[in-house]
Amino acid sequence: MQDQNSPAADSDLSLEDLLVAVGRERDRQAFGVLFGHFAPRLKTYLRRLGCESGGAEELVQEVMLLVWRRAETYDPAQASAGTWVFTIARNKRIDALRREQRPEIDPDDPALVPEPQQPADRRIEVKESSGRLRAALKDLPPEQAALLRMAYFEDKPHSLISIENGIPLGTVKSRLRLAVERLRKALRDVE
Amino acid sequence: MTRPSHHPGDMLLIDYAGGGLCEGASLAVATHMAYCPACRHAVSEMEAVGGALLDELEPEPLSPGCLEALMARLDREGPRTERPAPSCRAAPFPPPRYPEPLRSYLRGRLAADGTLGAGGWRFIQPGMRGINLISEAAGTTRLVRMRGGVAVPRHTHGGIELTVVLEGGFSDEFGSFGPGDLAVGDCSLNHAPVSDPEGCLCLNATIGGLRLTGPVGRLLNRFIRF
Ligand SMILES: [Zn+2]
Repeated sequence: MQDQNSPAADSDLSLEDLLVAVGRERDRQAFGVLFGHFAPRLKTYLRRLGCESGGAEELVQEVMLLVWRRAETYDPAQASAGTWVFTIARNKRIDALRREQRPEIDPDDPALVPEPQQPADRRIEVKESSGRLRAALKDLPPEQAALLRMAYFEDKPHSLISIENGIPLGTVKSRLRLAVERLRKALRDVE
Repeated sequence: MTRPSHHPGDMLLIDYAGGGLCEGASLAVATHMAYCPACRHAVSEMEAVGGALLDELEPEPLSPGCLEALMARLDREGPRTERPAPSCRAAPFPPPRYPEPLRSYLRGRLAADGTLGAGGWRFIQPGMRGINLISEAAGTTRLVRMRGGVAVPRHTHGGIELTVVLEGGFSDEFGSFGPGDLAVGDCSLNHAPVSDPEGCLCLNATIGGLRLTGPVGRLLNRFIRF
């Protein structure tokens, strides 16, 4: 655990670097740092989705176990570490809390209609765009930010969010659309 | 192959990315995504939003010993990891007719040449047959096959209905829908599609939760007619 050659010994490493180290070298120290960052946030995420405390901790362990097992499939050119962990946590909670499958495309499926062209290495782009995204999230008007959080942290489609919060569907849609528009601009770095 | 021109739209993509859609509706959205690089890109952006939202959540401390317990599990795991299927796996020939994730739901129903077998189809109305794929509280998700020129009678669905064309096509007041296109229908629409002369095979799913029961739910139901 006290391996000085471990990338995690260098505290300047990003979460993405740590995740790559786990995938390539099964680096436990790096995994420990990732656990320290993500596990308490995952617990909050699962509690918001209705898990009681003990169950949430068990599920956090399951999610982090998947992070360990799948780390070598992580591609920093495709997604930030936070985005990648979010998708694993989302699928795991659908499986565990709803006992449903999560239908997803298979990127290697020969039947997939391909992109017009393969994008180049987007590693730097991913890093910069997630910084801009975080800043844009902080700047969102509170009513847009509140609905956005419901869309991600409550197990419901937008139509039900509208009903259960007594907000007209049209208002939910227009607020969410405005939020998505602003965040998309930030991700794509266009004014 | 041409790319689809009818898409789920941002609201459904955000529901899919956040995980709030039921299984059947998720299957419809993901099947469209297999045909549509633009919506794949949009969903990856919305997942990035999910990642950023997760990062800014207030951390809630775990009980002491959680990490140690997990590390002990990693010890028991040994070096074996969950390896993805090798990407150099032989491409099947002929290439599959239906994309993932739909193909997994058709397991056992596909003939050797990748086409859908003749068995298991159930009568819905003249010229229209279906196979149920998912039954859940939200509704039934099914494959529907229509002969050419069949008009679907005006139906009032309690919620929102998603239809993805797989083969052939149909037309309604929004235009014509071909392979990969996703149509969104709700009760405000006088939805009256007619299948193309060559017929149509599509995947049909309903978004759940809109049929509420109980006194409050019944009251609300009167207002959900959008
Ligand atoms: Zn699309």
